[in-house]
Amino acid sequence: MSSLITIFLAGIMTENMVLSKFLGICSFLGVSQKVKTALSMSIAVIFVMFMSTAVTYPIYAYLLLPKDLDYLQTLVFILVIAALVQLIEIALKKLSQPIYSALGIYLPLITTNCIILGITLLNFTKDLSYVESLVNSLGAGAGYLVAMVIFAGVRGRIESCDIPERLQGLPITLISASIVSLSFLGFSGIVG
Amino acid sequence: MDLILPVIIVGIIGLICGIGLSIVSELMAVPTDERVAKLREVLPGANCGACGYSGCDAYAEALSKGDCKTGLCAPGGDKTNKALGEILGVQVNSVVKQSAVVICAGTCEHTTDKMDYRGISTCSAANMMYNGFSACDYGCLGLGDCQKVCQFSAISIKDNIAGINPILCTACGACLKACPKEIIKLVPDNWDALVMCSNHDKGAVIRKACDIGCIGCYKCEKVCEFDAIKVDNNLAVIDQEKCTGCGKCVLNCPVHCIISA
Repeated sequence: MSSLITIFLAGIMTENMVLSKFLGICSFLGVSQKVKTALSMSIAVIFVMFMSTAVTYPIYAYLLLPKDLDYLQTLVFILVIAALVQLIEIALKKLSQPIYSALGIYLPLITTNCIILGITLLNFTKDLSYVESLVNSLGAGAGYLVAMVIFAGVRGRIESCDIPERLQGLPITLISASIVSLSFLGFSGIVG
Repeated sequence: MDLILPVIIVGIIGLICGIGLSIVSELMAVPTDERVAKLREVLPGANCGACGYSGCDAYAEALSKGDCKTGLCAPGGDKTNKALGEILGVQVNSVVKQSAVVICAGTCEHTTDKMDYRGISTCSAANMMYNGFSACDYGCLGLGDCQKVCQFSAISIKDNIAGINPILCTACGACLKACPKEIIKLVPDNWDALVMCSNHDKGAVIRKACDIGCIGCYKCEKVCEFDAIKVDNNLAVIDQEKCTGCGKCVLNCPVHCIISA
């Protein structure tokens, strides 16, 4: 049990997918203007991450690995994740309109995000069990949420600052992203 | 054999995904408003944003919900407006097609340059330096910022000023935003007379810069029987709704800056 907690916390702090592994930067910069959109994007990411890990792990462990076909993992995972997200979207539209409209455009948007594929592939490099993989993807999703919300707050502050003209927009965003990322380096060695 | 197995596995997974998706989409089909697709088909698809929505899809969606009026689509004009009205089953007022006009007649024979500009060849860059190289601070620079943003190839540069072809122009308004001088205006296509000058300087200053610029002499305002012309801040402006096209102002303008259609 304690190892599960360690995996979860490591996903948030020391091995934060966005701020230390630099995956999912596109959505990190794109959707972090407001805390509210950052939150709904993060929830969609956590949801899809968990579901895709739940589906891809058995495929890898029981289909690809025994046949020595692990080099196919990227191809198969993209295929499966894309189909899965489509499936979830269709099902949500029918079954739960409120959740569907809350996730909105973000659900299809993250289908092809590297952070989803990244977490499913990284699970196997660490030799995690099925349950540990699920916890790891939840932790990584929570880490994404933390990074997004913190950064949305930072960007909110930047908006009200007097920024030199040449740095306005993306340049100042990238600079502040690097500083936020640097601060997360301080967690190294705490867990995991 | 080494090659066939992975091909089969990926193929089967793809097949399962595809069949699963198609079954689920049949089972879980949510009835959507079929008018949205029809409305979207009628709209031109330029996604120009002139209607105020993010694109043609968003406008069609808003129309189907009754959130907005027909007739906001400038590129589609009257034809699109009628088709939209037919689908929605509402009466539509016909819209007069508008097109953009560069309100400046200062070709190279009428005005001069006040400097030899050799900087970046865009209007906005030239305009940063002492309001541009043209002797007139309000006149068209003719470096074609509007031409570059026009999706419909309606703008051409002739004699150092931009001209807009009203047949090709869809009144999307992209050039209005691109012009650093802000001298491109939307005008209804059935205009009868136009003051082709945007200069607000006093008469004496204009005469030095351009011999076809409006000097704000009030002659046209006095001669107009329909109260359609007002001189505002040294520049005559014609109200197209009141203008009847009698042509008196065109004849009486001492600098010939009013043109008739």
